[in-house]
Amino acid sequence: MIDFVQLVVSGLATGAIYALVAIGFALLWQTSNAVNFAQGEFVMLPAFVVLALIKAFDLPLWLAAAIALVVAVVIMGGLFKRAIVDAILPQGAMTLAIATIGLAVAMKNGVRAGYSAEAHPFPALFPVEPIRILGVGFSLADIGALVLAGVAIGGLSLFLAHTLAGRQMQAAAQNRDAALSLGIDVDRMALYTFGINAALATVAALLVTPSYLAKFDMGESLGLYAFYAAIIGGFNRVLGALWGGLIVGVLSNLAGAYLSASYKDGFVLALLIVVILFRPEGLFGSSEERKV
Amino acid sequence: MASEAPVLEMRGVVAGYGRLTILRGIDFVAQRGRLTTFIGANGAGKSTVFKTVFGLVRPTGGEILFEGERIDGLSPRARMERGIVFVPQGRNLFPRMTVRQNLELGGVVLRDAALRARRMEATLERFPRLRERIEAQASTLSGGEQKQLEVGRALLLEPRLLLIDEPSIGLAPRIVADVFALLRDLTDHGVTVLMVEQNVRSALRASHLAVALEQGRVALEGPSDSVIEDPRVRAMFLGGHVAA
Amino acid sequence: MTAGRWRLLGVLVLIAVLLAFPFFLRNYGLNLYARWALIAAAGIGLNLTVGYAGQVSLGHAAFLGFGAYLSAFAIKAGWTMWPAIPAAALLCFVVGLALGFPALRVQHHYLAFATLGFNALVFLAMRNEEWLTGGNYGIQRILRPVVFGWSLRDSFSYAYVCLGVLAVIAAIAWWILRSPWGRAFAALRDNPIRAESLGVNVRAYTLLAFAIGGALAGIAGVFFAPLIGYIDPHMFSGLVSIDLLLIVIVGGSGRFIGPLLGAAVGVLLPEWLRFMGDWYLVAFGALVLALMAWCPTGLAGLPERVATLLRPAPRDPAERAT
Repeated sequence: MIDFVQLVVSGLATGAIYALVAIGFALLWQTSNAVNFAQGEFVMLPAFVVLALIKAFDLPLWLAAAIALVVAVVIMGGLFKRAIVDAILPQGAMTLAIATIGLAVAMKNGVRAGYSAEAHPFPALFPVEPIRILGVGFSLADIGALVLAGVAIGGLSLFLAHTLAGRQMQAAAQNRDAALSLGIDVDRMALYTFGINAALATVAALLVTPSYLAKFDMGESLGLYAFYAAIIGGFNRVLGALWGGLIVGVLSNLAGAYLSASYKDGFVLALLIVVILFRPEGLFGSSEERKV
Repeated sequence: MASEAPVLEMRGVVAGYGRLTILRGIDFVAQRGRLTTFIGANGAGKSTVFKTVFGLVRPTGGEILFEGERIDGLSPRARMERGIVFVPQGRNLFPRMTVRQNLELGGVVLRDAALRARRMEATLERFPRLRERIEAQASTLSGGEQKQLEVGRALLLEPRLLLIDEPSIGLAPRIVADVFALLRDLTDHGVTVLMVEQNVRSALRASHLAVALEQGRVALEGPSDSVIEDPRVRAMFLGGHVAA
Repeated sequence: MTAGRWRLLGVLVLIAVLLAFPFFLRNYGLNLYARWALIAAAGIGLNLTVGYAGQVSLGHAAFLGFGAYLSAFAIKAGWTMWPAIPAAALLCFVVGLALGFPALRVQHHYLAFATLGFNALVFLAMRNEEWLTGGNYGIQRILRPVVFGWSLRDSFSYAYVCLGVLAVIAAIAWWILRSPWGRAFAALRDNPIRAESLGVNVRAYTLLAFAIGGALAGIAGVFFAPLIGYIDPHMFSGLVSIDLLLIVIVGGSGRFIGPLLGAAVGVLLPEWLRFMGDWYLVAFGALVLALMAWCPTGLAGLPERVATLLRPAPRDPAERAT
């Protein structure tokens, strides 16, 4: 039972990180019909920015992280939207998806060739030692990851639901034509979501890299899990992507411990395929007309 | 009155999507306080006229004047600020937001929050049913309620020119009559209304004027009751063509 | 000469060059050349699914893997690789039919992830079922065949074997595309709803597009194992499927020559651009980006793209109004 609780908590912590990336993926899809296959690399890059800043200028972690956040929002938010998405999306959503695969290849190998092919240790935000709550030991890193991801996602939800800017972003996502007809600057709203995606990816980088280590290909599995999470939960809603992340994190942890360690990914994949076959809008998605 | 510039004037407007030209020289004048219905076959350019007047489609030729001033270079938002409001075809609500949130978004262009609140209050005065359902999700409204919300939301900006594309789609005939009566009522208050309708017979009965488009040009225009009797219009809606 | 004759001449010159090429290569170059031929052959299969039938697939490396493992099993069992050919074609055809089912439900990126998920499952099985596949270490020392006492073990002979595989697969694909099936695939890609109304059985052809594409890749895979001499699961992972898709798209999806060009960019160019080191893949990624922005029809579509840039734009009323 104690094992079970620990597994669930650490699964939730990993799942919350997947959720950060999956929510960004969902936002880009909702406001722009953009499918970004480079999501994993969008997590990898800020990790290396932080690392490079610490190494070059001996900055404290929080300052390096803050700078990385700004850099990420400008480059992976604004520049990505303006230089790549705006140029290619008119050719079709699938063409853009392929282009982002190309972008992922270029980013990964750019870091490998330009920085390092090795795995680098990454400073932890939260201490790794366990704490005991009600007799159960939890990793402080897991708790910290859950809390920070929760704050980021909660803040985003509040922003989307309760500010006029957030409402306009939702409006642009729910009905683009109607939003245009009301004078909402749909393109600007889309740009904001790209910035938010980059910021969420940076938070994910800070949480995941201490245990994954910073490596040029660290985004591969992370990106895939986030995609699976988004599809399983349903990525026409932010909430769907959140639940999807948590489910994937917990499922692979529990399946790995109780069913088969070597096939733990298999259970996630099986769930993915079942969802795609029988509930393509996702477990928590809404089935209202999906734009194709 | 005679010297007043027309609300809308289109002179030889050419527009389309990419290399596809839809409007091939539209000439049209709309006078204040009139309800004009645009009719025509699919692809004749009815919706494109509206999108061009609103600014979602940029004309490649011709001029568009609103109350005597050129507007064809302005953004949709700038046109809204001048009083042009557009209700597109089909579903125009944000389904996962409440009635209140939908209304608020109708006033995004209004920077003054107090003004926005006053206008919302006026809209709810006009549509008591919307007040009853103010916290309901838009997707749960009936067809007639949804259309009320769309029109009410458009009225938040107190439009001088209202462009409404196929308001009758998906509505029961009795509700369609209500919608047309509402539009007619707006014109009595000085609003100029242009609408596109497939539901030709009842739309023409409700409107003052009618314009028939064919292949991106105005084929016929005049008072609705004369247009409705025109044999060419009858032929057109039986699948024939206007012998222009 | 007519355009058709020019085309025929071009094909003959291409065949002559391909036939003569191995004479100018040494061991390493010959193996690379053989690899190009097999990747191009697998690409032709994928192009059938992606380019002609319009169904995105990120599971194609799995088919290559099925062929390769079957061939390794056959050779290790002391038979030759030949029985693996029909076995691989059949297995991949059947699995391809099954993989087509998601495509009946979802399209585009959903389908991309469904097929990628399939590939990941196959990868897990290859990695975990050590009793059968050798797990992470894979299967070593897979020998090339000897036919009627005539050894095909040297790289020169085997390069021609692989070229022959490419020729056969190209011929099969050519025949399929010229048949009513090919027209049905194109109708499916261009407008599934219209295809249905024209009497194309959309369901059957969607499944067939995966099945045939998979079977062709499976056959290429049979020859892949003896070419490299060993196999392991990482040679057939989802990442390789992504590479295969990029190869087809960079070359020109829906163009017959596309996979041949794409495979050259994916297999040969890295060798010639060795001086670039790891930067080669950065350049490759940038090439994908640039092609998608300026010429989504890939390298095969580049001449026409350049031509339209040089010519004044013709009026094209059929252009999409999206």
